[in-house]
Amino acid sequence: MDADLVFRALADPSRRLLLDRLFARNGQTLGELCEGINMTRQAVTKHLNILENANLVATRRRGRDKLHFLNPIPIHQIADRWINKYERVQLRALTNLKQALESSEGEDQ
Amino acid sequence: MTNEAKAASPAPISTTTTGEQFIYTIYIRTTAEKLFAALTQPEFTAAYWGGVTHDTTWKPGSPWALKLPDGRTADAGEVIEYDPPRRIVVSWHHQLSPELNAEGVSRCVIELEPFGESVKLTVVHSLDRHESKFLQAVSTGWPAILSSLKSLLETGEPIAPPKPVLDKK
Repeated sequence: MDADLVFRALADPSRRLLLDRLFARNGQTLGELCEGINMTRQAVTKHLNILENANLVATRRRGRDKLHFLNPIPIHQIADRWINKYERVQLRALTNLKQALESSEGEDQ
Repeated sequence: MTNEAKAASPAPISTTTTGEQFIYTIYIRTTAEKLFAALTQPEFTAAYWGGVTHDTTWKPGSPWALKLPDGRTADAGEVIEYDPPRRIVVSWHHQLSPELNAEGVSRCVIELEPFGESVKLTVVHSLDRHESKFLQAVSTGWPAILSSLKSLLETGEPIAPPKPVLDKK
């Protein structure tokens, strides 16, 4: 897989938002992805194509619907490239710590 | 995508509205035959999947099990389809954790599709249930396993073998 395609696809906040939405609920149609989002249908289609070309989104047909799925493999490969396997546990601990602290701060406010 | 439609046309994967599924695709520079062998033969799976092997004859209708290196059966089910070098479908029921076992039988579809000088490998794992802990567990396993498989086929070396899926001791 072309790493440039993956990084270019991830560089855009609208495309990251679409990935976030698929992470929250996998297997959505174009129509579902367009709901409650400040983007035209054409723009969403364009972004989905870029994500699909980068292999960050996989699609399956269900009847007449085309469902979109987050494909985390290229992101996993990025992690494999720069994260040593022995560092993973420590990194997970730091990430959890950050999440725990920042979410409790949020509750206090 | 026409390739997509072609791959899905013989027997579309049933995406249920009642359940949940994960799809993984990865492009591997190899032939469909080599990839199919790597997916099914124990000497390959053990190398990229931390010692895990399939215990089955691969005959449709026959039992299928995923064995951990220590001999325990992590998952068990049945071969539903076996179509080398294109497609494998198994029913997949987790055996080790009672909580995940109680979620019932999942379905795993593996598809291979030539794509230029590579093969597009698609793994679809689905279960008729929402917020499945089993699929969550599986979803952390597949990307590591498939990346390791890709590395093995393209470079001859697996990525530091990931721990077997759901191998909780």
